[in-house]
Amino acid sequence: MSFPWAKEYTPTNGVAKFLDEKLPLPRLVYNAVGAGYPVPRNLSYFWNFGVLAGFFLVLQIVTGVVLAMHYAANAQVAFATTEHIMRDVNWGWLMRYAHANGASFFFIVVYLHIFRGFYYSSYKAPREMIWLLGVTIFLLMMATAFMGYVLPWGQMSFWGAKVITGLFGAIPLVGEPIQVWLLGGYAPDNAALNRFFSLHFLLPFVIAGCVILHIWALHIPGSSNPTGVEIKSESDTLPFHPYYTVKDGFGLGVALLFFMTMVFFLPNALGHPDNYIEANPLSTPAHIVPEWYFWPFYAILRAFTADFLFIPAKLMGVLAMFAAILVWFILPWLDKSPVRSGHYRPLFRKFFWFGLIPAMIVLFICGGAPAEEPYVMLSQIATAYYFLHFLVILPIVSQVEQPEPLPYSITEAVLGSDKKAVLGENATPAV
Amino acid sequence: MADTAATAIPDTAGPETAGETGDGVRRRDFLDIAAVSAAGIGGLAVLYPLISQMAPSKDVLAASTTEVDVSAIQPGQAIKAVFRKQPLFVRRLTPAEVEAANATPAGTLRDPQSLAERTKEGHEDMLVTMGVCTHLGCVPLGAAEGEVKGEFGGYFCPCHGSHYDTAGRIRKGPAPTNLEVPEYEFTSDTVIRVG
Amino acid sequence: MSQFFSIRVIGILIGLGFTLAVLWAFGNGVVAVISEGQLKQATVEHEYHKKPNDYAWSFDGLLGKWDTQQLQRGFKVYDEVCAACHGLKFVAFRDLEQIGYDEGQVKNYAASKQVQDIDPTTRETVTRPGLPTDYFPHVAYAGAGVPPDLSLIAKARPDGTNYLVSLLTGYTEVPAELKAEFPDFAVPATGYYNPYFPNLALSMPAPLVDGQVTYDDGTEATVEQMSKDVAAFLTWTAEPTLVKRKQTGWPVLIFLLFATVLAYLSKQQIWAAVKPKKRD
Repeated sequence: MSFPWAKEYTPTNGVAKFLDEKLPLPRLVYNAVGAGYPVPRNLSYFWNFGVLAGFFLVLQIVTGVVLAMHYAANAQVAFATTEHIMRDVNWGWLMRYAHANGASFFFIVVYLHIFRGFYYSSYKAPREMIWLLGVTIFLLMMATAFMGYVLPWGQMSFWGAKVITGLFGAIPLVGEPIQVWLLGGYAPDNAALNRFFSLHFLLPFVIAGCVILHIWALHIPGSSNPTGVEIKSESDTLPFHPYYTVKDGFGLGVALLFFMTMVFFLPNALGHPDNYIEANPLSTPAHIVPEWYFWPFYAILRAFTADFLFIPAKLMGVLAMFAAILVWFILPWLDKSPVRSGHYRPLFRKFFWFGLIPAMIVLFICGGAPAEEPYVMLSQIATAYYFLHFLVILPIVSQVEQPEPLPYSITEAVLGSDKKAVLGENATPAV
Repeated sequence: MADTAATAIPDTAGPETAGETGDGVRRRDFLDIAAVSAAGIGGLAVLYPLISQMAPSKDVLAASTTEVDVSAIQPGQAIKAVFRKQPLFVRRLTPAEVEAANATPAGTLRDPQSLAERTKEGHEDMLVTMGVCTHLGCVPLGAAEGEVKGEFGGYFCPCHGSHYDTAGRIRKGPAPTNLEVPEYEFTSDTVIRVG
Repeated sequence: MSQFFSIRVIGILIGLGFTLAVLWAFGNGVVAVISEGQLKQATVEHEYHKKPNDYAWSFDGLLGKWDTQQLQRGFKVYDEVCAACHGLKFVAFRDLEQIGYDEGQVKNYAASKQVQDIDPTTRETVTRPGLPTDYFPHVAYAGAGVPPDLSLIAKARPDGTNYLVSLLTGYTEVPAELKAEFPDFAVPATGYYNPYFPNLALSMPAPLVDGQVTYDDGTEATVEQMSKDVAAFLTWTAEPTLVKRKQTGWPVLIFLLFATVLAYLSKQQIWAAVKPKKRD
């Protein structure tokens, strides 16, 4: 958009001209994801996950709308209508398995998208707004996924709703009234189920709106790239279409191969067997776990097993769990290194690969494990590292680190030389 | 589009390959068309389950036939059954009612049909009709004991005054056609299967 | 820039706060471990609970199919043994046609069961013989406890199908080693020892004995045979669409593979013009 060499949309026939005059939607699409959007030529496959996340959002909305045609949000029949979908509705089993596994794949691609952002510091100026919107989308996704998991009204649905709303009960003074207000009762029942259904239907469209803002904000500075060096000239870029449409198409094919394998051959592998037991308010499952995509944050929640000073352990855990995500919001202002890409940041790179990634894996494993040793202690160490990494290590490293030399331009990084650099047009590698 | 986009890029790495001759261009076009077509076919295939999920589900289809035991119906009596969530009238006509129905020349009626056309062979006294007035869908009276049977001794729709005769044919009032005879068959002398 | 610097200072303080709090909890945990002298309490469930054994199933694998004979045998076991206490509320009689019974057989079987219904004219609850469209009726259990409905049991337990066979064939005496290691362990008066059950004692006595059911196809009705058959039947009740799912999956995956290869080739073609060439 903002690049002077971006190709301009030219309507070729009467209909296109008419549309362009009255409602220039084709022009918008052309400039957003068509040949009119110049993109760095060196994007790796890690840049595929944004488009994939968009695909899975659409898939969730389509399958979700279909499921809502057959589901009834009533505690008496919710479980039975879910089974009705699985057994009697034409292709109902496919719709439900695609929706359930679609949620998991949505989170997989979004986590990869986020961690690509961590490694390449995609959050840094001038892309702070893209990042803030992205974290907002992630929070909305978590809320949507949690409420969606309640809808089948199985044992994990019920007890998950009880435990998660119970977190609000940890807030001093107002906690319990808030919990009762959230549920519309003293335990999850019809009132809670109905409002969760209503919000679960609404929030995906809010997410879609945020996604549009996210993409809009992206088109102001343009896409980041693996070198972290900004676009300097036309030779640094390729038009989005056909280069990245075809690359994203291939990436989508690979993602769908994994996804369909899960849907058709391992549809329950990512779920919990207890959710095939109808909700029973009088019998707690032996081991309550959320869906796998919440495990790292669930581990942080449970890591705080002792009261700290005047703060009760439960409240500390709740604060830490929310802080663990909210800290992402201030990331652009914590990491002040002038260099973006982890490729050129030796110290940052070490902390990323040998600190953050192992800590996340440990938190993931511990979050899914029962609350017993050695998982509790491991999760405590990993939680300590998690907070140190973002709030202490990152600011300090970005101050003391000596970055490796950057290429002059994207063109030089790709081709080994850039004519303009040789000609000495701009001798200092600007960031 | 691929071609125009590619040629618009200056500073590409070196000259185009030698393979980019007439044959190469054709192969490229073929591949692009094939890939886009495959995506299109995939998209269309996805529509199939998305559309067919709205059709009646298995439990609805299984409930789309109803069996009615008609052995207990005495001549002159009728029963109401439920067929596809709608009322179904089964009536055993008395010889007088059969005669009355046959005495009416079918050609003069609004919806010309004879009693024989509206019943099964060998069971001309067994009239099976939907209990749904063909005017606006009310349930006519006349099936239950003591209900008004209308001027022609069959059924009478109280909503807008449609009168049906003993063969369930429209004789007077706004209804355009005779009471619908659903598809049914006698599975034995005493049981009919509707639907 | 100074306000951003202060965000970082506040951030560092908050980060250290959370770190201290979680390390404090960690320290408490370490103290507890040292004072107890062991990392975790060895419980009888940890030591003696067994994972289900692996059995071979016709519906396993990528090309699995139902063994209709086995499902019918399993149905017979359910009908003659399990149905005394356990319901099957999500299964309709009409579904039995999927495992090879004809319309007449299903109709007769349905009619042999009494189901509850609401009379359409009087709006009163009535009991009448079942129709193929009806669901298996609720089973009233006279004893204490709530025998679970079996419709979904194979999906509601980890490794459900194998678990069912292991459980049904797994009843034993309490092992002598267990008694030696955990002298306090006692099976409750209303319970029966079974190492495949999570807390090792379940309220259901061993339900099957050799020859309890007479199979129509002449298969010898050993406990293991009946357990496998009923487990297969309950896998079917839990997911009647299992085989159709796998059969639909193959064409989908093959088509996707084909389309993905095409997309890859197309991508290589389009990118060939702008990829840096190796100079050698």
